[in-house]
Amino acid sequence: MKKEIIIPAIENGTVIDHIPSKVTFRVMRLLDPKEYTNTINVALNLESKKMGKKGLIKISGRMLTQDMVNKVALLAPSATVSIIKDYSVSKKVVVKVPEMIINLVKCTNPNCITNMEEVNTKFLTIKEIPLKLRCVYCEREISREDIQLK
Amino acid sequence: MAFKGRDVISIRDFSKSEILQIISLAKELEKKPSPELMKGKIMASLFFEPSTRTRLSFSSAMERLGGKVLGFETKEFTSVSKGETLWDTIKMVSQYADVIVMRHSIEGAARLASEASSIPIINAGDGANQHPTQTILDMYTIEKELGKLEGLKIGFVGDLKYGRTVHSLCMAMSHFKPKMYFIAPEALKMPKPYLDDLSEKGIEYVEEADLMKFCGELDIMYMTRIQKERFPDPVEYNKLKGVYRIDKSITQKMKKGARILHPLPRIDEISIDVDDTENAAYFRQAANGVPVRQAILALVTGALK
Repeated sequence: MKKEIIIPAIENGTVIDHIPSKVTFRVMRLLDPKEYTNTINVALNLESKKMGKKGLIKISGRMLTQDMVNKVALLAPSATVSIIKDYSVSKKVVVKVPEMIINLVKCTNPNCITNMEEVNTKFLTIKEIPLKLRCVYCEREISREDIQLK
Repeated sequence: MAFKGRDVISIRDFSKSEILQIISLAKELEKKPSPELMKGKIMASLFFEPSTRTRLSFSSAMERLGGKVLGFETKEFTSVSKGETLWDTIKMVSQYADVIVMRHSIEGAARLASEASSIPIINAGDGANQHPTQTILDMYTIEKELGKLEGLKIGFVGDLKYGRTVHSLCMAMSHFKPKMYFIAPEALKMPKPYLDDLSEKGIEYVEEADLMKFCGELDIMYMTRIQKERFPDPVEYNKLKGVYRIDKSITQKMKKGARILHPLPRIDEISIDVDDTENAAYFRQAANGVPVRQAILALVTGALK
């Protein structure tokens, strides 16, 4: 309830809850906020029984697609995503890392072709826990801590 | 298994039975030359980075099968030096030939080329990443020299950090229940992802800096050069070059029938007096590049099924 006082409820849209506080802004960036015109509320360091501190994002007037939700999983596998209609949860969406991640993540290998030519990066998810991605081009493997968004 | 039209980019893309199929076909081609098999077909040989053995053995393989070769052996005299992208170069060349063999200093270049190309791409080395045809010829050599691939004790010696041949051979041999020995100085140790991969597959391995400790146990000693061109810092290279050197005294400690392999070129890591021992298999290994590459060229162009 206290949370609702701090961050107003939304009529329609998406709530991303249980984001580790330190990655909240990175998740926000991933959602490409410049594409949105409606209100977005972002909160950090909210009290959480489960996580100690957590981040929360509420996006008015926009239902995230499964694709977008899967991208959130890259940075915040613990996140919960709810679609809101008429101020109540109409659907809970399961967060799952996509099998192939296209042009979202930068390859950490400076000698990778994706850092040399105009090429979309592609990473294959080879393991979800702990997260392990492999660059389709140079085959460099990266973990969640190495993820740099493009 | 259908090979026609397939790219050969990474050893990861090939199953155990596909590797064995290539090896068996290479054996047939070595026994029974087929000088007409690739008649009318053209191989584009694009070497953006220097090579001796790989480039010449691919050309030899193609010409001995009756095919023709065009291409370049250095990027300096091509449009690449004018700033043409790899994508455009490959788009163009794929109109001129039936198969492209390419080497490039940038990792992932071959995979990108395969996306641009309408004809099969064979990766002849992309930076420190992959060199799949070298791996298959290494396996062909092991099979020919020892009569089997299963259950061997394989030692990798030298530059295990940057050595692409080591990474690929380690991956491919993991299909055959080996025990692996990674012998390298601290700064050139086998990268962790490869070791994790072995652990996941339940393959036993040891890491060691001292060559003498296990040299008497090995069936195969896979020696590598400390590659100057892969070191960002020349001081680091100078510290590590010459860290291992195999001479006759070491071969005397090796198991009877054990073999020394090396992807070549060697600098000073194998002394010349080892060349005439029964252990030295590296020149035969280099010769094996021809039948193995013949088999791969014939399969991906559809000349053989």
